[in-house]
Amino acid sequence: MKLSLAPISYFWPKADVQAFYKRVADSPVDRVYLGETICSKRRELSLDDYLRIANELRASGKEVVLSTLTLLEAAGELKELQRYCDQSDFLIEANDLAAVQRVAERGGSFVAGNAVNCYNASTLKRLVDMGMKTWNPPVELSREWLVELLDDPVARSIRSRLEVEVFSFGYLPLAYSARCFTARSEDRPKDDCRLCCINYPNGRTVYTQEDDPIFTLNGIQTQSGQRYNLLSDIDSMRGLVDFVRLSPQAEATFDWIDQFHNAIHNDPISIEIPESDINGYWHKLEGMRQL
Amino acid sequence: MELLCPAGSLVAVDTAITNGADAIYVGLKGGTNARRFAGLNLTVEQLTEAATRAHSHGRKLHVAINTFVHPKGFEQWQEAVDISVRCGADVLILADIALLDYAATQYPNVERHLSVQASATNLGAIDFYHRQFDVRRVVLPRVLSMPQVRALARGTDVPLEVFAFGSLCIMAEGRCYLSSYMTGESPNTAGACSPAEFVRWSEEGEDMVSRLNGVVIDRFQPDEQAGYPTLCKGRFRVEDNTYHVLEEPTSLNTLSLLPDLYNEGIAAVKIEGRQRSPAYVAQVTRVWRQAIDEVKRDPNRFQVRSTWDETLARLSEGHQTTLGAYHRKWN
Repeated sequence: MKLSLAPISYFWPKADVQAFYKRVADSPVDRVYLGETICSKRRELSLDDYLRIANELRASGKEVVLSTLTLLEAAGELKELQRYCDQSDFLIEANDLAAVQRVAERGGSFVAGNAVNCYNASTLKRLVDMGMKTWNPPVELSREWLVELLDDPVARSIRSRLEVEVFSFGYLPLAYSARCFTARSEDRPKDDCRLCCINYPNGRTVYTQEDDPIFTLNGIQTQSGQRYNLLSDIDSMRGLVDFVRLSPQAEATFDWIDQFHNAIHNDPISIEIPESDINGYWHKLEGMRQL
Repeated sequence: MELLCPAGSLVAVDTAITNGADAIYVGLKGGTNARRFAGLNLTVEQLTEAATRAHSHGRKLHVAINTFVHPKGFEQWQEAVDISVRCGADVLILADIALLDYAATQYPNVERHLSVQASATNLGAIDFYHRQFDVRRVVLPRVLSMPQVRALARGTDVPLEVFAFGSLCIMAEGRCYLSSYMTGESPNTAGACSPAEFVRWSEEGEDMVSRLNGVVIDRFQPDEQAGYPTLCKGRFRVEDNTYHVLEEPTSLNTLSLLPDLYNEGIAAVKIEGRQRSPAYVAQVTRVWRQAIDEVKRDPNRFQVRSTWDETLARLSEGHQTTLGAYHRKWN
């Protein structure tokens, strides 16, 4: 099993992003995803900036994948997507079928992100036939679902051509909307958002009226209110999962990278995750629970 | 422009026909469609009957098979397609790639529409489904603004269908796991959002509190109307501010956009609400039939009648309606 680092889901200043990836270069992560996946108005870094970082990370031995926007609506967004899909130096992470179609047209291969709806072996095979190299299952799927899916003869016939990657740490990507909830939380219309997401490097936490964290607002994306953490479930991934995917946070990401790296490479030791973390989906429970 | 109305029962099918629906969409009992409610949806016999009744009035029957296929369940979903075709469905509304593939291979002549659950929001995604599975229509998610709908209509030859009235999903459909996050059941996997079996009401002091699987969704004071705890329409807190963080309890109503939608050649307007009563179907269908007939007579002189808006508001969540994402300011 290898470690992958998801694209930064929040909106960070350019200097912070660059500093972050300088540290990633020295971390035990095997694969790094780069790019803006949430909002096309977040333009601290351009494609050229990302390519520069990508080349540096590659030089330090990392496999680099360029991630693309999830909710594509405007013509300009498709045009930008085309620029990503036209380059062939780096693998593309498709988060919408528009990206799948574009990469497949030039005979390229791609990673399917977890917002691409692939729930069964026949869909999986179709995507592999179109060039999918790595599959990120929808985050709501359990280990059991994965085992049953991959046990299907249709899936077995392509398993050797496919890597399976599971979202294992960070706030779960749960929904995408036309509405910008961060702008709304500041009582601003989306058209006049003033890029306020940049003030919330970990998003904004939403609490119930009983003060339990329930969601995290990240622009047009809604994330889980509590952190997903499969550190204590690493053993149950062996032989099933090829990449353990971690989502960057503003703090302590590198400590968690080390902990996951140790858990993967050392003998199984009993690890407990913080009480406030969750792992329900993996155990076929509601996502917000911890087993 | 076609008026496509919902039906959760044979009575509702009849009601939709009587009140002027051009087509009716239904689902089969079981987990194969995105409105899995107790007592709702049709048996195989009822589906045959629904098709017969629709056809005898010159109307079409669409069958939604729009949840995602479970790993050991492909046969169940394939069977739903087989049954629908056998019963005389004119259109299959599908979301899962595996099922689109199956239907396109087995029944190439039965029209396939791309369900809103497939979340095709751009020309690239529409192109994907059109090329791969020859879908004849795409149902657009409720996240697009009117200028975006216009741009799509002008940019593709694939006919488009939009939601015109009913409950408002504020997330891109098919890409929302909020419900499984809280209950373990989502529209994609279980055909349910904020399922009723997880709802609890309690009186706390003077307030009425609604919970979904134990999570407080809202707290209503005595003078407030307490609504169903759909999880994205609750009141939550961000820092010191308690408000409808994601969306107010309100329904979508696009009557005022009808001339625009008509002029852009939108193939069909869809009424949400297979879970609603035949009385709802009757009233909404009647209003939209009149409105569409009027817009067809002269789109430039079309005006929304206040009686239409009043009728629709009465049938809406919290008696409020919105243009939702179609209107730029909503976003």
